[in-house]
Amino acid sequence: MTVIEARFAKADACLGGAVEMIHGSGGRATAELVRNLFHRHLGNAFLAQGNDQAAFDIGAGRLVMTTDAHVIAPLFFPGGDIGSLAVHGTINDVAMAGARPLYLSAAFVLEEGFPLADLDRIVASMARASREAGVPVVTGDTKVVEKGKGDGVFITTTGIGLVPEGVHISGDRACPGDAILVSGTLGDHGIAVLSKRENLSFETEIVSDSAALHGLVADMVAAVPTIHCLRDPTRGGLGSTLNEIAQQSRVGMRLAESAIPFKPDVVAACELLGLDPLYIANEGKLTAICEKGDAGRLLAAMRAHPLGRDAAIIGEVVADVHAFVQMQTRFGGNRMVDWLLGDPLPRIC
Amino acid sequence: MKYVDEFRDRQLAEGLAKAIRHEANTRRSYNVMEFCGGHTHAIFRYGVQDLMPKNVSYVHGPGCPVCVLPIGRIDHALELSEQHGVTLCSYGDMLRVPASKRRSLLKAKADGADIRMVYSIDDALKIARQNPSREVVFFAIGFETTTPPTAVAIRKAQAEGLKNFSVFCNHVLTPAALKAILGNAEESGSVSIDAFLGPSHVSSVIGSKPYEYFADKYKRPVVIAGFEPLDVMQATLMAIRQLNEGRHVVENQYVRVVTRDGNVKAQTLVAEVLELRSSFEWRGLGEVPSSALRIREAYADFDAEKRFGVTTKPSRDAKSCECPSILRGEKKPTDCKLFGTVCTPDNPIGSCMVSSEGACAAYWTYGRFRQPSSPLEAA
Amino acid sequence: MCLALPAKVLSIDKEAETAVVALGPVKKEISTALLDEVMPGDYVLIHVGYALHKVSSEEAERTLAMIREAGEDAELSAFVEGAAS
Repeated sequence: MTVIEARFAKADACLGGAVEMIHGSGGRATAELVRNLFHRHLGNAFLAQGNDQAAFDIGAGRLVMTTDAHVIAPLFFPGGDIGSLAVHGTINDVAMAGARPLYLSAAFVLEEGFPLADLDRIVASMARASREAGVPVVTGDTKVVEKGKGDGVFITTTGIGLVPEGVHISGDRACPGDAILVSGTLGDHGIAVLSKRENLSFETEIVSDSAALHGLVADMVAAVPTIHCLRDPTRGGLGSTLNEIAQQSRVGMRLAESAIPFKPDVVAACELLGLDPLYIANEGKLTAICEKGDAGRLLAAMRAHPLGRDAAIIGEVVADVHAFVQMQTRFGGNRMVDWLLGDPLPRIC
Repeated sequence: MKYVDEFRDRQLAEGLAKAIRHEANTRRSYNVMEFCGGHTHAIFRYGVQDLMPKNVSYVHGPGCPVCVLPIGRIDHALELSEQHGVTLCSYGDMLRVPASKRRSLLKAKADGADIRMVYSIDDALKIARQNPSREVVFFAIGFETTTPPTAVAIRKAQAEGLKNFSVFCNHVLTPAALKAILGNAEESGSVSIDAFLGPSHVSSVIGSKPYEYFADKYKRPVVIAGFEPLDVMQATLMAIRQLNEGRHVVENQYVRVVTRDGNVKAQTLVAEVLELRSSFEWRGLGEVPSSALRIREAYADFDAEKRFGVTTKPSRDAKSCECPSILRGEKKPTDCKLFGTVCTPDNPIGSCMVSSEGACAAYWTYGRFRQPSSPLEAA
Repeated sequence: MCLALPAKVLSIDKEAETAVVALGPVKKEISTALLDEVMPGDYVLIHVGYALHKVSSEEAERTLAMIREAGEDAELSAFVEGAAS
């Protein structure tokens, strides 16, 4: 074993240890952490160059760029962790423009004392998600903050992608008469996370739906290049997302509660906690708005993809100066789907 | 979900709606007060009002323990956590309720107070056991449904000899609130409540007996109704029948859960640990005698009001706030100048907007689209 | 008011005074300290982690039957009145 390999072997051994301030100093400890942990999992030609940046050519066309900061708790949840979530979330934000994601960057802010074994798990998961999606992490950064100044780990990911010719997807393009679709069951991620929260625990088979949607989007755009809007209803759920689009486009919406797909576990958990499933987070679903005449074709394309099996048409866009999102309930009455100020809280009343 | 989904069946709802239309006498109106916030919620969430004929309407009552808690009590809880450094455990409902100076439990948490949301008082006990060096206080709220768990937990704490657990007790009583509403109505003569829908789950604990006094004294039918929309509709039909027949008795629609005597074991446990306060301030109703509970002397160690030298200071509601009239069923949310202008769920001024069960909040969330557009909404 | 739901008792722990109940597919551990004699298979009303009361299956069925009947009677009356006019 060479001197260098021996040194790395020692660093490997301290995977039983924890993050220290020295790991963020920019010195050899940082380089060892980066090589031994980050590159070991994320490894690709760009990272192997060892530069502070990645250089590449991209084809002609409109570029899309997005960034996300991930500050979730708990870091590990049924069906994923902050690593896979970060990759999926940013790929999805790029995909919601109808774009093909090309590259990701990842910046880590680590808290002093955070177990290296957990960091290893997170980065391995991130690498797996990135590999399966075919979108490499080409550059990154690592900083360490003092104990108490961070929640274990914060990850910021940035993604870029290319929009195909003729595709103009934007939140302000919804028109009265358009159909509203969702790609599958709602509320899975939020309930999976809640089920693990202290003081709220309940047993459920639900796992997070965290997934990269760019493959599904590619199929959708191929079937209907004139899709008006695409968005993934993450924090705040479908209720918040539709309100955002309604405001952006200055239109109203009418939904049919009986058409919206929910898993029985999610319905039951929401009943138990007094939550409205329309406002619960999703990490592997999208909502699409297209012209009425294209809805059937779009739905078929979605259902043909593994991530769109439970896709459904759930409502329509209408003219409305107030930009209200309303819903016909299963019972036959009408209700508003309001734009909530903050997260819904479980209630006893 | 069994015994839930069946009572939300649309076909059966249409059948009941037909029956109500058939039996409601077109020459009179029927004003039914649903006392309980859960009923308000069900009516709006499912649009039950849409299925009623024009002459049957619901008057939304004060059955929301969050709405009726005076600001002074929340200030008291804030003082416990901010100035005495306790770990304050609370149900989710209380976290965003505005107290004095626009403070709230959630805002205090942002400023560093140790405030934790729990689903059950047992979670607070767990926190106390796991953190013996911290004082843990449970912010207890609720009507008779939520009171027995508090009693059980205090007994458990005493049996275990827990030295760092106490309860800030704000449990309130339903019959007293009913009396206050009906008493006011008789005096002012300004509201016509023809019948009451009695609360579902309070009644599972206290039974149907306590309502017999009201039906008798105030000569109004009381129909205890279940939680689901079909329950509310069937109970409304039963109330209409009583009114048509000139009867005024207590009827129980929620027979699958409510009995005449209620849960005697729970009542006994509560009586062992808690006792009546001579009077308690209710937001919107003022001081109401014999309407709330406090912890008995024998359990004084677990009484946060005795353990920490904090007293509740009197507080006042905003001037134009119509909550008192709305809580008594005399006015509708839309009758209040502040509704939808200054007072919204994002910026609640009064108690009726504060909780999702409050009349104003429910109206805002579910009923707003019925209104003609206001200048503010167009802005 | 009080968010309480009927849940099915799956298993009981007599000594700890707890039970595991199911609301649809979701399971939760709750306290049975407020009830006597809870058996697996019973339905109980749960609120803030406690079982408050048993839910009677017979009464539930009876209530549904009465609701159904009320609707059918109304249909019949409307039909009769329609025929008479």
